[in-house]
Amino acid sequence: MIECKNIVKIYKTGDIEAKILKGISFSIKDGEFVAIIGPSGSGKSTLMHILGMLDTPTSGDYFLDGKNVTLYVDDELADIRKNKIGFVFQSFNLLPRTSVLRNVELPLVYADVDKDERKKKAKAVLAQAGLTEDYYDHYTNQLSGGQMQRVAIARALVNNPSMILADEPTGNLDTKTGEIVMETFQKLNKEQNHTIILITHEHDIAEYADRIITIRDGMIVEDRINKNKKIGVIGKDDCKQI
Amino acid sequence: MKIIDLFEQTFSSLLANKARSGLTVLGIVIGIGSVIAMVSIGQGAQGSITSSIESLGSNLLMVSPGFQRGVGQQVSGGRGNAQTLTLADAEAIKNELPGAENVAPQYSSRTQVTAKGTNTNTSISGVTAAYSTVRNVAVENGSFITDENNKAMAKVAVLGPTTSTDLFGEGVDPIGQTIRVKNIDFKVVGVTVAKGGSGFSNQDDAIYIPLNTALHYIAGDTNVSNISIQGSDQDALDQLEADVTVLLLSRHKISDATLADFQIMNQADIVASASTITGTMTLLLAAIAGISLLVGGIGIMNMMLTTVTERTREIGLRKAVGAKKGDITVQFLAEAVTLTFVGGVFGVGLGWLASFAVQQFGGITTQVSVSSVLLAFGVSAAIGIIFGYYPAWRAAKLNPITALRYE
Repeated sequence: MIECKNIVKIYKTGDIEAKILKGISFSIKDGEFVAIIGPSGSGKSTLMHILGMLDTPTSGDYFLDGKNVTLYVDDELADIRKNKIGFVFQSFNLLPRTSVLRNVELPLVYADVDKDERKKKAKAVLAQAGLTEDYYDHYTNQLSGGQMQRVAIARALVNNPSMILADEPTGNLDTKTGEIVMETFQKLNKEQNHTIILITHEHDIAEYADRIITIRDGMIVEDRINKNKKIGVIGKDDCKQI
Repeated sequence: MKIIDLFEQTFSSLLANKARSGLTVLGIVIGIGSVIAMVSIGQGAQGSITSSIESLGSNLLMVSPGFQRGVGQQVSGGRGNAQTLTLADAEAIKNELPGAENVAPQYSSRTQVTAKGTNTNTSISGVTAAYSTVRNVAVENGSFITDENNKAMAKVAVLGPTTSTDLFGEGVDPIGQTIRVKNIDFKVVGVTVAKGGSGFSNQDDAIYIPLNTALHYIAGDTNVSNISIQGSDQDALDQLEADVTVLLLSRHKISDATLADFQIMNQADIVASASTITGTMTLLLAAIAGISLLVGGIGIMNMMLTTVTERTREIGLRKAVGAKKGDITVQFLAEAVTLTFVGGVFGVGLGWLASFAVQQFGGITTQVSVSSVLLAFGVSAAIGIIFGYYPAWRAAKLNPITALRYE
């Protein structure tokens, strides 16, 4: 359960103040699949950073599962990121020259999970993310874009987070692969009941979500239930296409 | 984060860039190696100087005559030239001071010695039997001067091995042969064990004859050149020195100790001052080597700063998936310390090899001590922490978003 109350973010560069977020309030229930859409410069990435606790708001309150996390210090925020949030980035951000398994295990390393347990969990989420076992020992820089994003999704899932934050997850992928990734998110939302918050500037991609929040110039201009939800069906053949 | 994971991570990131890690380690290897080698040379010198001083005899006081400086007299006649010590002084020390275990008065002069067509210029020492105990002179062949020889003013001589070779040739047994000193024939009765040269004097180039013989036939009076006194142990030496001073002052009827007409050298003082000199030398060598260690440390810091810059995005990601500041600090610190530790291990090996080589081919005694190895390890670990801390701190304080977006 996420609740944002009047979130404001101001960036200062010298004497110039830029008000990126001008008072944003909304709430997201557990198990929702929400797309936050807006043109570049609208403040959606800043909002995502605040939701993911990579950044703190200048003013306003952010309640995660009933707790006001704006009052937390750095290391406490790191703990929340470790236990409750999974990130999927546009540029994947995988460790190069490191095996797929080790990449997926990374959040568990910081959670002090045993090696055997880590391997088991990593393999389980890689299967959910739809990457076949042949690739587990490959280095991530030997994979295709779609495969890399699957590894990144598996990494986001491995600590069993209450929400997954995806920042333009299809931005670096071709249309077909992008569709498959979005269908994977839908499946995770439907079958595993993960809360998914998707940041995008593409309407096509936003259509996969249940609810679409539109941001422009740091303010919410629309918050609606998506009635024309795109439904993708992932078959086994699709896995091989990636 | 578990220790085992930290190790695994550290090694995999260091091995990812083998050449760079290797060269950085090399800097530390050279630094630690040169510290170990230099200190071993210094300590070796210290050891050999101390042992050669101790080869003169142990727990030794050496009394030598000095020129008495009267009021208004500023010119000294030179040490050792004055004739203020007598045989009677030596007797008095032996009889009146129980702390003086052995007393060996000695008369010495340099003179020309001949034997069957050969000749050499060497030092003639008139000694008593006690001399061999006090000054650690052992006989290789034959016997040393005895008390009977001394009483009888026998014309017998004991040669140092160098003198024996000079007069009779290599490998020839001189015992029973005759040498001629100042037109007096002496029969050779013994040859001393080779001790090697120490400093400017070669103890092997000497001729020992009975003291009374020397005083009667060569000197013509009862003044001795010096008196060696052996104390019971090192700690009693200072007390013995004070006692000898009081006794000689009263015998020489001098009331002011600053006007004494003799000097007493305490062997402990000589060893101490020699140690101070070699200690300073060791420190100097270590300081020079320490500079290369410092340069090695800066190499570590340079590499770690480069690594932090290169891996900024990785740091951002690690923070995003839940790494705390401490986790990041420890990760980079561990890499720096591992580099210096590996460098330390190889450096100790290199230093040991270098000091071994110096000893083998340079002819200088070296001594690798446990303390210098421990010191080198301590210093290398400290360098890892000191020079690794700044880069690690820079990595840890990175803002996750800035780090993730870093190009």
